[in-house]
Amino acid sequence: MDPVLRTNLINLAYLAAAILFILGLKGMTHPRSAVRGNLLAALAMLVAIVATLASQQVLSYGMIVVGVAIGTVIGAILAVRVEMTAMPQLVAIFNGFGGGASVLVAGAELIKVSQMVPSVPPPVAMSVAVVLSGLIGTVTFWGSLVAYAKLQELKQFKKPMSLPAHQLINAGLAVLVIALGFWAVLDPPNVAAYWAICLIASILGVTLVIPIGGADMPVVIALLNSYSGLAAAATGFVIDNTVLIVAGSLVGASGLILTRIMCKAMNRSLVNVLFGVMDAGSGGGSDTDEIYEGRIKSAGADEVAMLFDTAERVIIVPGYGLAVAQAQHAVRELTDILEARGATVEFAIHPVAGRMPGHMNVLLAEAEISYDKLKEMDHINPSFAQTDVVLVIGANDVVNPLARTDPSSPIAGMPILNVDQAKTVVVIKRSLSPGFAGIPNPLFAADNCLMYFADGKQAIVDLNTAIKEL
Amino acid sequence: MIELLHQQVFLAQTMADVAAKVSPLGLLIAGLTIFALAVFVGFEIITKIPPTLHTPLMSGSNAISGITIVGAILASGAEETTMAAILGLAALIMATINVVGGFLVTNRMLAMFKKKRK
Repeated sequence: MDPVLRTNLINLAYLAAAILFILGLKGMTHPRSAVRGNLLAALAMLVAIVATLASQQVLSYGMIVVGVAIGTVIGAILAVRVEMTAMPQLVAIFNGFGGGASVLVAGAELIKVSQMVPSVPPPVAMSVAVVLSGLIGTVTFWGSLVAYAKLQELKQFKKPMSLPAHQLINAGLAVLVIALGFWAVLDPPNVAAYWAICLIASILGVTLVIPIGGADMPVVIALLNSYSGLAAAATGFVIDNTVLIVAGSLVGASGLILTRIMCKAMNRSLVNVLFGVMDAGSGGGSDTDEIYEGRIKSAGADEVAMLFDTAERVIIVPGYGLAVAQAQHAVRELTDILEARGATVEFAIHPVAGRMPGHMNVLLAEAEISYDKLKEMDHINPSFAQTDVVLVIGANDVVNPLARTDPSSPIAGMPILNVDQAKTVVVIKRSLSPGFAGIPNPLFAADNCLMYFADGKQAIVDLNTAIKEL
Repeated sequence: MIELLHQQVFLAQTMADVAAKVSPLGLLIAGLTIFALAVFVGFEIITKIPPTLHTPLMSGSNAISGITIVGAILASGAEETTMAAILGLAALIMATINVVGGFLVTNRMLAMFKKKRK
């Protein structure tokens, strides 16, 4: 085939892929059309891949077959085996692979250019794009691996870690990367500078994510998601490929929006999440003993079941504790029992509940709880006052009234679920230990609050039995 | 044989002509235009996605960021086994995990949302 015609056809196929990607994302705007949306996006990827295989730059298919086969097997096994509770880890690690791939592609292209005879220095734009791919992609890769380790709760990564003068080290590394970047751009093609950038960016990826605590993970994952897209877009500039630029920037935009939503839901700036250490226990005058002493009312399954006997309107507030206890199926059963008794049951989902955006929704969907029962915070907040029983499962900071009342609290101004306005609140929790913010929760000591100390799943199973015996 | 040579010279000329018409700066501007427009389209669509679908959105968009697979194929499809091709192979494995795993797991999750009881 005429090479010009072939190139044109390939570019047209890329255009089709870009359109399909956009239509695919559009399908995600409703649960009913979302499956089709995802399939459209997958089709777009297939179109892009097939078009690329037809490119005259592809001279041998041996390596390609090997690479795709290995990748497909690993990817498929990971995707089919993963528990819904472990979804944040999986997304983190996939993110990392995407970022890593961008780094290697940009590196391969740089090497190719540097080996060209006669050697022609690449345009400045390409050199800049190479530096950006290397930097963003490497930070994504290592940052995602650390995020994975934290979410998987590997022993060494369980606690947020800070080095002495942590921010100073980060700043130093950043300056170093920028200097290397200038070297790479001013003296192209510069393979040595590229790998040096990747090396420093590897350290930076680790030091940026390692001090960030578990409950801030939704922000980190969303941001890394955005980075993996931006790295792909930068690689698109390196190899002059439009479909990479389009798809990469779509993902970059998506991750940024989610990052913003998560930050807003915690009333913290991105800078504060990334670089600020939460000031544990500094909440003015909120001494733990003073708040809890003599005011905690604890109840067992039977007492809690009595409450549900007369309840007409029930709201369940799931938190990360529900995921840890794998209590989603027991909660579904509880919902069924209560609805059979004539009560209305709804779920109040705080935007940062769980370890990634929408984490709770996926767990509840797994237990086949219909998505129209899952209500967003702003939507459900006005109705707590008309609710008979609110059941809080493994959530803490997102229902802490201190956010409204104590301007000196570390969570001051964070939008919360106003569960304290309900007639009765039942909190299922293992102990009175504080949440991520490290502050006591006056809700637990409120007159209308009962503490049901137990493992989340066992608590619900016992509760279900008790209600059935009423 | 001579005809083949002719053909190749002709091909090389056509490609040089095409290359001459698109300057590096022109390519950059075209790329930036696409980038800016795609970011806007992304913002417009993503803001309409309900929070209940945010996890599948992340895993799905994650799979889309595996588009680097295109670059990985180009790098690993080079004829001889050079350093670039080896990097390309590693990139291809990573990108394929990202793409295949990402779309599969998203499909698994979304199927759960679709399921209606009774």
